[in-house]
Amino acid sequence: MITIAVALSILLLLVTLYLLFKIQVLASIFKGSYRRDIGTSNKVNAGLFLAFLVVMGALFVWSFASSKEEMTLPLASEHGIAIDSMFWLTMAIIGFVFVLTHILLFVYSYKYQHKEGKRAYYYPHNNKIEIIWTVIPAVVMALLVFSGWKTWAKITSPAPDNAVVVEVMGKQFNWLIRYPGADNKLGHVKHTLIDATNEFGIDLNDKNAQDDFPAEPSAFHVPKGVPVLLKIRARDVIHSVFLPHFRVKMDAVPGMPTSFWFIPTKTTSEMQSETGNANFQYELACTEVCGRGHFAMKMTMIVDEPEEYQKWVAAQQQKTFSTQLQAAPADSTAAVALNSTSGAAGAGATASKQ
Amino acid sequence: MSSTDISLHKDVHLGHDDHHDDHDHDQSFIEKYIFSQDHKVIAKQFLFAGIFWAVIGGLLSSLFRMQLGFPEATFTFLEPILGKWVDGGKLNPEFYLALVTMHGTIMVFFVLTAGLSGTFSNFLIPLQIGARDMASGFMNMLSFWFFFLASVIMFYSLFLETGPAAGGWTVYPPLSALPQAISGSGAGMTMWLVSMALFIVSQLLGGVNYITTVINMRTRGLSMTKLPLTIWAFFLTAVLGLLAFPVLFSAALLLIFDRSFGTSFFLSDIYVAGEALTHTGGSPVLFQHLFWFLGHPEVYIVILPTFGIVSEIIATNSRKPIFGYRAMIGSMLGIALLSFVVWAHHMFVSGMNPFLGSVFMFLTLIIAVPSAVKVFNWIATLWRGNINFTTAMLFSVAFVSLFISGGVTGIILGNSALDIQLHDTYFVVAHFHLVMGSAAFFGMYAGVYHWFPKMFGRMMEEKLGYLHFWITFACVYLIFMPMHYIGIAGFPRRYYTWTGFETFNKFMDMNTFITIAAIVAFAAQFLFLFNFIYSIFRGRRATENPWKSNTLEWTTPVNPGHGNWPGPLPVVYRWPYDYSKPGAPEDFIPQNVPFSQTQSSNLPHERDTE
Ligand code: HEM
Ligand SMILES: [Cu+2]
Ligand SMILES: [Cu+2]
Repeated sequence: MITIAVALSILLLLVTLYLLFKIQVLASIFKGSYRRDIGTSNKVNAGLFLAFLVVMGALFVWSFASSKEEMTLPLASEHGIAIDSMFWLTMAIIGFVFVLTHILLFVYSYKYQHKEGKRAYYYPHNNKIEIIWTVIPAVVMALLVFSGWKTWAKITSPAPDNAVVVEVMGKQFNWLIRYPGADNKLGHVKHTLIDATNEFGIDLNDKNAQDDFPAEPSAFHVPKGVPVLLKIRARDVIHSVFLPHFRVKMDAVPGMPTSFWFIPTKTTSEMQSETGNANFQYELACTEVCGRGHFAMKMTMIVDEPEEYQKWVAAQQQKTFSTQLQAAPADSTAAVALNSTSGAAGAGATASKQ
Repeated sequence: MSSTDISLHKDVHLGHDDHHDDHDHDQSFIEKYIFSQDHKVIAKQFLFAGIFWAVIGGLLSSLFRMQLGFPEATFTFLEPILGKWVDGGKLNPEFYLALVTMHGTIMVFFVLTAGLSGTFSNFLIPLQIGARDMASGFMNMLSFWFFFLASVIMFYSLFLETGPAAGGWTVYPPLSALPQAISGSGAGMTMWLVSMALFIVSQLLGGVNYITTVINMRTRGLSMTKLPLTIWAFFLTAVLGLLAFPVLFSAALLLIFDRSFGTSFFLSDIYVAGEALTHTGGSPVLFQHLFWFLGHPEVYIVILPTFGIVSEIIATNSRKPIFGYRAMIGSMLGIALLSFVVWAHHMFVSGMNPFLGSVFMFLTLIIAVPSAVKVFNWIATLWRGNINFTTAMLFSVAFVSLFISGGVTGIILGNSALDIQLHDTYFVVAHFHLVMGSAAFFGMYAGVYHWFPKMFGRMMEEKLGYLHFWITFACVYLIFMPMHYIGIAGFPRRYYTWTGFETFNKFMDMNTFITIAAIVAFAAQFLFLFNFIYSIFRGRRATENPWKSNTLEWTTPVNPGHGNWPGPLPVVYRWPYDYSKPGAPEDFIPQNVPFSQTQSSNLPHERDTE
C-alpha cells in the first residue's frame, strides 16, 4: 500500500517536472533561436552562492558544535595527548583556511556577477602575490611537519625494556591474545602447527613457550601507567588492531609481525566513572577489511591498576597453553571455548555464519 | 611543426577541402559510429560508457548506504532483485563488501579515469591544438574497445554466483588472493584482474596517443606556452598514467601468479579455512607499495583533467585571463612530479618502517603547497571579473569549494602521527569523496555542460541544469561533512554495521540523514540524465561559439565534421586568455586572431609581433 503511494507520488512529481520543463522550453523557443541573455538567472545564481555560504556555514557550525561532544572520544593513553592536541591545532589552522577561502570564493562570486556595461579587470598575473601565497603555505606546512615528526618519532620509538608484552593475533573473525608468562618472552610459533586446539601454532618444544598463557576469550587485561607493548600478527589475511580510546592502530599482517606500544592512563573503572557509564568498556576493533565478519571483530581490553593486574596474571598464569594442549589433545571443548568465535559474540550472529 | 600539419592535411583532404562534408558519406554506419577512428566519436563513446558506469556505481552506493542508514530495517523488497544476497530482508555482509568494492572500482577507474580522460582528452586535444585528429586514430579506437571489453568483463562479474570482487577497491592480498577467505576472491577477483589488465592496456593506448598528439600535432604558432590549461592538464595526466599504470599491471600480474600458479609474492605463513598453506616468504606490504605507487598518481589522474577543465571554464565565464597562467602550469608540473613520491602515506600503519613514515609525511605535506596555489589562483581569477553563471560555471565554482574542503583534511591525514587514529575511518572516506569523488564529478559535469554544444551542436537546458546543480551541491555537503564527525569518533570504514560496538553505537540519526541525502543526490542525477538525452535530440541549436570563448574548438563549425576544420587549419597567434583586454572592442580575442588586427589592445611587448 505504502509502496504504491510512494510510487504514485514519485510518478506525479516526475510528470509535473516534465510539464514545467516543457512549458519552459516552449516559451524559450518562442523567444527565438539560442541567444543567451545574461539576466535574472545570473542574479539568482549569484545570490544563491551567498545564501549557500550563509546557510551551509551556519548548518556546519551548528552541527559541528552539537556533535563535538559525541565525536571526541575520551582519551586514555599518554601519546594520545600529543596526538589530540596536534589534531585540534591542525583543525584550527585548516578551519581558518577553509573559512577564509570560502568567504572569498562565494563573496567574489556574488560581488563580481555579470553587470551590463561592466568590463572585467584584465589582470593576468602578479609575481609578488604569487610568491607570497606560495611561501606562506610552505612555512605553515614546514611547522606542521616538524611537530608531526617529533610526535611520530616518539610514538614509533622502540618500546622501553620494562614494557608488558601482549601478543594480539587477528584471524577470521576474532582476536586471540597471548601473554608471555614469567619469562616475559613469547614462545616460538609456526603456522603449520596450527590446528583446532593449537590456535596460535605454538611450538611446545620451545622452552619460552612453556609459560605462555592466553587471555579469556572475550577480554584481556593490561596494567595502567606502565608501557604496554602489543606484538601484533595475523594468521590468515590482514587485519588491523584499533584501540580508539588509546589512539592506537597497527595492521596485523600475515608473515610480518608488527608492534605498537603505549601507556594506558586510565583504568576501565576510572573511565566508567568519568563517562558516567557503568558499562563502559575499552573496545578493540578491526580496521582492515578482512571478510564478512570484519565489522564484528570485537575484543574488550580491560585496564587495571597494576596490583589488580598482577592478581589477574597470577590467576590466569595457571592456565598455560602447554597444560591445556597436553591435557586435551586434538578435540577438547576447553580449547574450543578458548578461541573460536567468542570475540564476535555480541556483534551479530550473521558474521560467524560462514 | 608546420610540415607535420601540411602533410596531415593533405592526407585527410587531398584537395576537396571545400566539399569536406561529402567525405563523411563514404563511411558506413559501423565505421562512422561504432568502430570509428574519429576522436569526437570516440570521446562520445567514452562519455556514454562513463555515464552508464556512473549510474551503476551510484546505484550500488545507494544500496549500501541504505544498509548503513537503516541497519535494523529489513529490505524484503530487494529480494526479487538481489536473490540470495538478501536473506530475510538482511543484506549479506559479504555482499555489502562486494558493493563497496565494486562502487570504488567503478567510480575511480571506469568513471573518473576512463570516462573523464577518455571523453575530454579525446574530444578536446585535437580541437584545442588545431589538429585534424589524434596521432593514431586506430590506436585511439583500440583504446576504447579495450575499455569496452574491460567493462563487459567487470559488468559480467557482478552477476557471478560467488559475487564480484569484495576485498576493497585496493584489493589487498591475502584477502584478494584467497577464495577461502571471502567468496568474492574466487571467480569475481579473477575477472576483476583480467578486466583491470585490459583497462590498463586501454589507458596506455590512449595515453601514448594523447602525449604524441600534444607534442607533435599542435598547429602553427601554438607553442607549449600558448596551450590552454586543459591541454596541459590532459598531457600531464597522460604522462602520469603512462608511468603509473604499468606498475599496477605488474602488481596485478604477480597477484594472478599467486592466485593461480602457487607463487608467493604476497603470501606467507597463512593458515586459513582449517588448512596451512605452503606459501612462504611473500610480503603483503609489497603489494601495497606497488598498488599505491599507482594509486596515489591515480588520484591525480582523476583530478588533473578537471583542474584544466575548471581553469578554462572559470576564465571564460569570469571574462578574465586565468590568474597566474605560468604558476598554474608550474603547480600542475609540481603536483605531477610529487604525486610519485607520496604513495606510502596510505601505509603509515601498515607495519612499514616508521622512518619511511617520516619521509613520506614530509613529501606529502609539500604537495599541499602547489594545491593551495591553484586554489588561490582560481579565486583571484574571479576577483573583479564579470561572471556569467552558466551551469558549467556553477559547477566550476563549486569544484573549487569541494577541492578546498576535501584538500584541507589531506593536511591532517598526511601527518603520520594524526593518521594513526584516522586511518581507515570515515574521516578518510570524507576526505577523498570531497577532494576526489565530488570535485572530479563536478569538474566532469562542468565539462559536459560547457562542451555539450560542440559535441552535439545543441544546447543543454539551462534551468534544469541549475536545478541539478543546486540539489547536487547541497547534498554533497550534507553527505560528506557529517562523515568527518563520524570519522573523528573513530568509525571504521567498510563496516556492515557499527551497532555491535558500544564505542560506535551512536550517530545513528546522522547516518540515517546521510543516507537520505545520498539517495536524494542520486535521484537528482536523473535530472541531468534526462536533460542530457533530451538535449541531444531536442535541445536548442547552438551557435559556433556560444560562450564567447577564445580557444580553437570554437572556431570550428557547429557540428565539426571529420577533420574538424572544413578549410585549412587555424593558425595561433596568442595565448588563450585574452579576455576583457583593455582597448579591445569585444571582451574576448580568440587565439587565431593576429596581433595585426588588434592594434588598439596590444600590450607593449606584443607590438613587435603586429
Ligand atoms: C592536499 C593534498 C592532499 C594530501 C596531503 C592528502 C593526503 C592523504 C592521505 C595521507 C591519505 C591516506 C589516509 C589514510 O588512508 O589514512 C589520503 C587518502 C586519500 N586521498 Fe588524499 N591527500 C591530498 C589530496 C588528495 C587529492 C587531490 C585526491 C584526489 C583527487 C586525494 C585522494 C585520496 C584518496 C582516494 C584517498 C583514499 C584512498 C583509500 O584508502 O581508499 N587526496 N590522502
Ligand atoms: Cu577486519
Ligand atoms: Cu595519496
